[in-house]
Amino acid sequence: MNHTVTITINGVKHTREVEPRTLLASFIRDHVGLTGTNVGCDTSQCGACTVHVDGQAVKSCTVLAVQADGSSVTTIEGMAQGGKLHAVQQAFWDQHGLQCGYCTPGMIMSISYMLKQNPNASEEEIRHGLEGNICRCTGYQNIVKAALQAREALSN
Amino acid sequence: MSKLVGQSIKRKEDPRFVQGKGSYVANLNIAGMAHLALKRSPHAHAKIVSIDTSKAAALPGVIAVFTGQDLIDGGCGKLPCGWNVPNIKVPTRWAIQPVGDKVRHVGDTIAAVVAESRYIAQDALDLIEVEYEVLPASLGAKATVTSGIVIHDDLPDNTSYPWAIGDLPAAEAGLSAADHVVELKDLINTRLIANAMEPRAAAAQWSEMTEEMTLWTTSQNPHPIRLLLSAFTLGIPEHKLRVISPDVGGGFGSKIFHYPEEIITPWIARKLNRPVKWVATRSEASMTDSQGRDHVSTIKVGVKNDGTITAIHISTHADQGAYLSTFAPLIPTALYLTLMTGLYKVPGVYGEVWGTITNTTPVDAYRGAGRPEACYALERAIDVAARKINMDPIALRRKNFIPANEFPYQTPVALQYDSGDYHKLFDKLEEISDYNGLVAKRDAARAAGKLAGIGVVGAIEASGPAPSKVAGALGGAVGFWESAVMRVHPSGKVSLMTGSHSHGQGHETAFAQVVADELGIGVNDVDIVHGDTAKIPFGMGSYGSRSLNVGGSAIVKAGEKVRNKMLKIAAHQLEASESDLVYDRENGRVYVKGAPSKSKAFGELAFAAYTAHNLPDGLEPGMEEQSFYDPANFTFPNSAHIAYVEVDKDTGEVNLQKYYAVDDVGNVVNPMIVEGQIVGGIVQGIGQALYEHGAYDADGQPQTLTFMDYAMPKAQFFPRFEVARTVTPSPHNPLGVKGAGEMGTIAATPAVANAVMDAIAPLGVEHIELPLTPQRIWKAINKI
Repeated sequence: MNHTVTITINGVKHTREVEPRTLLASFIRDHVGLTGTNVGCDTSQCGACTVHVDGQAVKSCTVLAVQADGSSVTTIEGMAQGGKLHAVQQAFWDQHGLQCGYCTPGMIMSISYMLKQNPNASEEEIRHGLEGNICRCTGYQNIVKAALQAREALSN
Repeated sequence: MSKLVGQSIKRKEDPRFVQGKGSYVANLNIAGMAHLALKRSPHAHAKIVSIDTSKAAALPGVIAVFTGQDLIDGGCGKLPCGWNVPNIKVPTRWAIQPVGDKVRHVGDTIAAVVAESRYIAQDALDLIEVEYEVLPASLGAKATVTSGIVIHDDLPDNTSYPWAIGDLPAAEAGLSAADHVVELKDLINTRLIANAMEPRAAAAQWSEMTEEMTLWTTSQNPHPIRLLLSAFTLGIPEHKLRVISPDVGGGFGSKIFHYPEEIITPWIARKLNRPVKWVATRSEASMTDSQGRDHVSTIKVGVKNDGTITAIHISTHADQGAYLSTFAPLIPTALYLTLMTGLYKVPGVYGEVWGTITNTTPVDAYRGAGRPEACYALERAIDVAARKINMDPIALRRKNFIPANEFPYQTPVALQYDSGDYHKLFDKLEEISDYNGLVAKRDAARAAGKLAGIGVVGAIEASGPAPSKVAGALGGAVGFWESAVMRVHPSGKVSLMTGSHSHGQGHETAFAQVVADELGIGVNDVDIVHGDTAKIPFGMGSYGSRSLNVGGSAIVKAGEKVRNKMLKIAAHQLEASESDLVYDRENGRVYVKGAPSKSKAFGELAFAAYTAHNLPDGLEPGMEEQSFYDPANFTFPNSAHIAYVEVDKDTGEVNLQKYYAVDDVGNVVNPMIVEGQIVGGIVQGIGQALYEHGAYDADGQPQTLTFMDYAMPKAQFFPRFEVARTVTPSPHNPLGVKGAGEMGTIAATPAVANAVMDAIAPLGVEHIELPLTPQRIWKAINKI
């Protein structure tokens, strides 16, 4: 009854035998051991578990691992390259875009995808683009500032 | 003279968080770890007639199933209440309710399943068969008193305690002397769910050979949890029990308390001799995390035609839920009615409260804890009063301010405010908000047929509780001091162990700034160690906006001791008297007055302390100093906020267009972090005003157990907040700081509520209960 699932995560191929009901979030966290992807609500409201599946932002708590079989996933651990933070990670640090840090990986994955889709996103568009990401600490103000900084950094 | 304190230094902790390397409890994966899931009551009130766990136990992958009696027989004690006001009755609460007893809220725990995976453990929960005798639920902070439904046999009127403060005859005389008495009858302060983004979790590992237990828990205060586990609930002695709160994903009060899972998880880990982990689902967290607020109050405020407030009388029923959570009785008593006079001089004040029991999740501190309840009731009533006498809401508040030259100011309700300048605060608010311009904007919008409103609030907080002897006199079972150990290593690097705990507040940076300035070293030469009872001195943790004013003060005191010891060593080695030496806190060295070239660097003195080759006679080697700092008073941060809203006539939707905040939190160590706290707090406060409600139906079924139902504030609901500060340093702590963590939350709820009420006042609506949803507003303006 278990399925063999192969998912490339941050460039590394992982093959595991999993129950068909195994969530992608659980595959990433429990089977592969990459715990940067946090689970905050189980119902795809909060976005803490956001990862990129084949380049698209996806809430990994609401996708089955078998659905992601054969795909290429990027998690927060795969964002920094060659010891250099991704522009969105750097902006979160620079703008104090995080406090407890729990929603942060999902926020960074969502914003990096949003800015890829809409490189000139306005402040208003950024706020609406964060509809699916909940932060309880920051009041969003510095998250929006971080997104704006990243927008500038990525357009250069 | 400071070089780091006062600067917006980027946070030292952030590189790990932005790269997904936070060490949250749920991330733990120990070899052999088993997974715990808990069977929760689906009923608000029921007798547990029988439990059959055999089918669950037989499921492949299930290791064991335990019920309440197993834990009681295994030595687990009742959960204690840590705040016992006079004449309190504390209802019995077990980690798992045993057969024959009752479940008293949806989410009360029935049984525990341990399995090889979390999925199997969850499956097994469904195989546990429980026979209930369902009972009617007693609900409503006030209604429960007369419901006739007995929740705990020893509390026939569902009342745990009464509490009162103030001078009733003076309050009555003040009301009689008033030209108008404003009354808000049965004013509701909403039930809220803290909803830290990280659900609670616990993991435990038992060492059979040494009989030592390690518990990882999502707690704001690991030492108090260890003490309660040792002394009351688990029985493992403190020296054999290590409690670790690693990175914690937000708390907002909900992670202060001692929870059943902190008993169940280590008890099972020892019983099975296997590491065990429990992680709450969001729904589980929503039904078992202690919740916030939930008051029903009637407030009367007397006011003269010239705006003078003559008296405040408030009578409150505070819903404490089904059991008393660890600090529940503190919140609606000493943290609530003592703040009832706000920023104002009021001759007659009286407040009374009843802590009541209902078939709902326990209620305890939630960001602000008592102080938002006081501020909301008072500032709503003052707003109604201003409208009644047709006076500008800021002018009315100014009329009653405690003057700046009267601090320290003894209020008639026990507290002594340390410092403040409320006119300066509001001057700044009027300046940054262009208050006159804002009024003109509102009036122009009204003239154009819109519903526009301005809401003003003046707020006070008592932060950094409290002198320990005062806490004891008020019912506290603990003291409220804080500890610091400053360990200077031989190479001149520093580890600072603090009893405060950071779950988002940025202590690893702000505290490092304080340490660095105390010693004259770099911010990267010091690391802050917190959250592990095996690494830090006994500490009280973080809540009540206490970390910097109490924990930071302990750091300053430890720093003084380190400097004094360094001066002794330097005096000996430089052959000078100590009084001729200067500790240069800019550059981290000791030099001879008038001969600065005769000096010893910080690193040299640290090394000398450890080689001990050349120390003054009688001086112990080493360089490690400790301080336990007990605050002389609370600190009293204060704030002036203003909100501008427009309400859509057709839909009742509130459009929050502008929000300005001025806060006086005393001196500031890291302005970036403080602004983050203020803005984050404001959004939580607005959440209560406009969106959030932990709702129960008439049977006590919670209606908001997921984020699909509980309306969490989202980014697109808000404009940019404009925030500023004024500074009146606290005179009684060495940093001159006041709490900054809760001011935003306290002020924002009434600011936005007042703005909405101002917007719809022209339609003859005086008051609507929170949250001010489009439906409620639409019904009110359409008189439905």
